Amino acid sequence: MPSAVATPRRAGSSGIRRGEGLAGWIFTAPVIIILGVFLFIPVLMALWVSFSDWNGRGSPFSSRVGFVGLENYAAVTTGGGLTERNFGIALRNNAWYVVLVVPLQTALSLFLAVLINRAVIRGRGFFRTAYYFPSMTSSVAITILWLFLFNATGVVNEVLSWVGIDGPNWFHDPRGIIHAALGLGPLAGPDWMVQNTFLGVSWWEWWSGPSFAMTAFVLMGVFTTSGTFMLLFVAALQNIGSELGEAGMMDGATAWQRFWYITLPQLRPTIFTVVTLGLIGCWQVFDQIYTGTQGGPAKTTLTPAYLSYQAAFENQKWGQGAAIAFILFVIIIVFTLFQRWVLRERPVSKRRIRQYQVKGSTS
Amino acid sequence: MTVTPVAVADAAALATPVEPPARRRRRFTIRSVGGQVALYLVLVVFAIIYIYPFLVQVATSFKTDAEATADPMSLIPTVWSFAAYRLLFNRSDFPLWFANSAIVTIFVTLGRVFFVSLAGYALARLHFRGRGVIFALIIAVMGVPTVVLLIPKFLVLNQIGIYDSYAGMILPLLVDAAGVFIMRNFFESIPVSVEEQARIDGAGSFRLFWSVVLPMARPALMTIIILSFQGSWNELNHFIVSTQSPALTTLTKGVASLASGQLSQGNQFPIKLAAAAIMTIPVAVMFFVFQRRIMNTSEGAVKG
Repeated sequence: MPSAVATPRRAGSSGIRRGEGLAGWIFTAPVIIILGVFLFIPVLMALWVSFSDWNGRGSPFSSRVGFVGLENYAAVTTGGGLTERNFGIALRNNAWYVVLVVPLQTALSLFLAVLINRAVIRGRGFFRTAYYFPSMTSSVAITILWLFLFNATGVVNEVLSWVGIDGPNWFHDPRGIIHAALGLGPLAGPDWMVQNTFLGVSWWEWWSGPSFAMTAFVLMGVFTTSGTFMLLFVAALQNIGSELGEAGMMDGATAWQRFWYITLPQLRPTIFTVVTLGLIGCWQVFDQIYTGTQGGPAKTTLTPAYLSYQAAFENQKWGQGAAIAFILFVIIIVFTLFQRWVLRERPVSKRRIRQYQVKGSTS
Repeated sequence: MTVTPVAVADAAALATPVEPPARRRRRFTIRSVGGQVALYLVLVVFAIIYIYPFLVQVATSFKTDAEATADPMSLIPTVWSFAAYRLLFNRSDFPLWFANSAIVTIFVTLGRVFFVSLAGYALARLHFRGRGVIFALIIAVMGVPTVVLLIPKFLVLNQIGIYDSYAGMILPLLVDAAGVFIMRNFFESIPVSVEEQARIDGAGSFRLFWSVVLPMARPALMTIIILSFQGSWNELNHFIVSTQSPALTTLTKGVASLASGQLSQGNQFPIKLAAAAIMTIPVAVMFFVFQRRIMNTSEGAVKG
């Protein structure tokens, strides 16, 4: 590689910067090639497959493979058959996962960060390590641990029994938790909700809550991500000056008021980051399902990511699998763009300035 | 951070919001002690919740099957049994899985550190046409979610002819857009003046990178090493779609197959938890040795 540097390619540059053009390209070439070959081109190939009837044999570009237009997408979203229903169920399961995990992990990681930030004497490093450790470990290992903890006679149910709760058979109980909390029978629910469907799944099924199995995965999601996000909040808290808090204290604001009106508004960018990273991550549930439940019981832990894998690699419906992956892609892109839009660079808004002025004078 | 008694009492109010904050000012010394106790109590309770599962995992791996089911909570087995470990090491492919994971992790980590810092340096320091476009593309690529790449990756590996080989396992993981981003940001923070003298002395770009700038980048390199070690050791879905032969099974893939009952019937938790525990050790060691450095740059560590 050093020889490349000596080649005076870009003679236009001033003497001392000679050869930088070529060096720049050579330095970035490995990254460009690998990302291009294993990321960019594959996405285009899969896009083609999602519009084709390729059955997994031979090359997807051979002349025997036909273009079927939006057929695969239609089968998944409006087909009316089992394919549509499976996709609806997967979306439903994952939506509950997102709705529960994102607020819980954000609140818990903020709570832990605030606590750690106050723990000033000793042990701060220890607690930070303890809370962050699950984030570092493999999702496969944690899933196995979870299957053990949430076993019918496992640790979690034993702890629940101390307070008189008869714990469910977590990974084998397909009932939605809202459904179960209402004490309803297997198919019960208001008629108008049972009879109307969306994506092949009845309204009642959409509303009956995540199954106990999915709830265990929700808790696992919170357990494994709160540490990482806690670190983001700790970093943000340390960047916040103490002046405003002290001013608030002089004005007699209570601790809670100071947190709510002074600290929290300053954490807003970090909260947005955590929420959107959470949203993006939560739509990608795969490892846990592959390792733990394969979508069971009664498909209540099926997720779009796992369904896409299953359709392609197990059922050889490559077009449908690719179509599901692209729908998922769109869902995630929408959240990513939302994040970019929220966090775009802009001058301090007038509203924000006003907020602080109001707080300073009234409380 | 400066500590005032009031700030500590304030922490107490946060830790136990139900407590009315009245009369705090007058009795702040007593309160601050009580507040500190309450704060640490909450911290300890959470620490137990986060650590206990791992302790019980190790403990259970030394229990007999019967005891694991009958008494799942205890941290000390009544009868120490090494059956799970004997079975894993003597009568299963576990050692092979471990070796495969180690091979892949070593190559991926070395490759990433080199390629990612090279690209990061070029994007931060070298002036060349197209730099902005390349950087924008790398940023865009960071947003592509890995699970939608399952089918695409399989297609391309198959097409190139490296499906089911070490090359197929290692090559796609060799670079990482987030790593390029971290390195670029780091190199931008180094003053240009350090390179000027060497440049005047006639050092070329690679020499500048290798002998002048790279040695200064140790904190950032550490971050990349830790992240790629942890990332490739824990990687599952890439190996699912890039291999099928048992000889190339990694720990994640192998242990996942244990979970679904291969090698053991029924619950047999000791053997599964033993496998999970061994799998956690290298990352744990890495983590405890380098944790200070991870803490400083946590932004790239976000798990999907």
